[in-house]
Amino acid sequence: MKPLASTATAFASVVKRDLLQAARRPGEWLQPLAFFVIVTVLFPLSLDPEMARLRYLAPAALWVALLLSSLLALEFLFREDARDGTLEQFALSAQPFAALIFAKTATHWLLTGLPLSLVGPLAAISLGAPPESALPVLWPLLLGSLSMSLIGSICAGLTLGARRGGALLSLLVLPLAMPTLVFGARAVQLAIAGEGAAGPLYLLGALTVLGLTLAPLAAAAAVRISLE
Amino acid sequence: MSWAWFHRFGSPPYFYWVAGKIAPWFGWPSLVLLLIGLYGGLVLAPVDYFQSDAYRIIYVHVPASWLALLTYSTMAISAAIGLIWRIKIAHAVAVACAGVGAGFTIVSLATGMIWGKPTWGAWWAWDPRIVSQLFLLFFFAGYTGLRAAIDDTDRADRASAVLAIVGIVNVPIVRYSVDWWNSLHQAPSVMRADGPTISWSMLWPLLTMALAYTFYFGWIMLVRARAEVLRRDRGSNWVREALTNEAAGARS
Repeated sequence: MKPLASTATAFASVVKRDLLQAARRPGEWLQPLAFFVIVTVLFPLSLDPEMARLRYLAPAALWVALLLSSLLALEFLFREDARDGTLEQFALSAQPFAALIFAKTATHWLLTGLPLSLVGPLAAISLGAPPESALPVLWPLLLGSLSMSLIGSICAGLTLGARRGGALLSLLVLPLAMPTLVFGARAVQLAIAGEGAAGPLYLLGALTVLGLTLAPLAAAAAVRISLE
Repeated sequence: MSWAWFHRFGSPPYFYWVAGKIAPWFGWPSLVLLLIGLYGGLVLAPVDYFQSDAYRIIYVHVPASWLALLTYSTMAISAAIGLIWRIKIAHAVAVACAGVGAGFTIVSLATGMIWGKPTWGAWWAWDPRIVSQLFLLFFFAGYTGLRAAIDDTDRADRASAVLAIVGIVNVPIVRYSVDWWNSLHQAPSVMRADGPTISWSMLWPLLTMALAYTFYFGWIMLVRARAEVLRRDRGSNWVREALTNEAAGARS
């Protein structure tokens, strides 16, 4: 079967459709954002609000909050489209399935990962990071959240056909996200300390590129298996 | 070259029969090597200058850590074979590997903790390699958990195969984490580019133990894969015949 439109057009229309749906249901993508803020607020409340100690803990707080919020957001990635049969139509269409899944993942990152990363430096500053570290803190969060969305797309695809999603999803995602967490937290740590974070940042970038290359294919395979 | 021999392994009755024939050839050598290795490691090997006798736990710990990785790789490769060529036996082998691998990982972590207490003064250290090993355990748990959450065996096979292939990214990270985040866990002393730094008198029992563990893995994997094949084909005619024949053989 010959596709009616080019893959780029199909990609763009999936992105447009998902953005439109998100605009009509803002709760879905605002919820992880609120969760992120709450988790970062819990850290100073459960410790004592001494700035030096908070600054020391800020990278950990940021990354734990980012990972948990991304995990929460993953619930919305495929579930709705699997229920109403959209994913099946994607799988049947003449377009490469991986490209359409990647479009969904990219939009998902735009809606959850990007806002989370933008709020991240603010949270860091509120935890005692110097204001000039805002930009160096932003880069690892951007790369890390993208990497999380990509890893998450595979695992969300796999758990689509499973009986109980939530706890299983975290069991699958978090071990895969471990390298991202290690390099990301190290980069944020160096950035807050005012040192060059290029080393861990490059490694984080490499992991993200690896994810960009392979994750859409694995996610497409995973979703396809779950649809059958 | 003819691939007929390979395809015959795809047939459950044939696999069940062959695995039953091969398994003792792994089991007995494993037992013999285990006895030799334990005697060599616990009695013959000299006392270490720094750690005195405490180091001897490496004869249990190090092979378990190696085998945990080997098991994971075997699981991922056979899952991939099952996914690509749609061979059900390969999936059964992967399932058989998952439980064994989790066992090796737990042994590796537990003996590491027992060794760490007198040597480092702490049961647990947040060292990257220990954490990586723990994450390997999470991978095995995730694999088993995903399978358990999907009712249809065929779909569980294929979904868990994708997970195993994705998770193999973790294996090189475990392997190289020592070099990446150089910390408390000692650097490798056997698998080095410039040859082992460990004395031969301590090394040979270690290698014997590693070989014993590998044979043990082969044996237990075949036994478990046979059980898995039976479980999958329960109710089919060949299972009834095979089990009746075995029962008859045991009686006579």
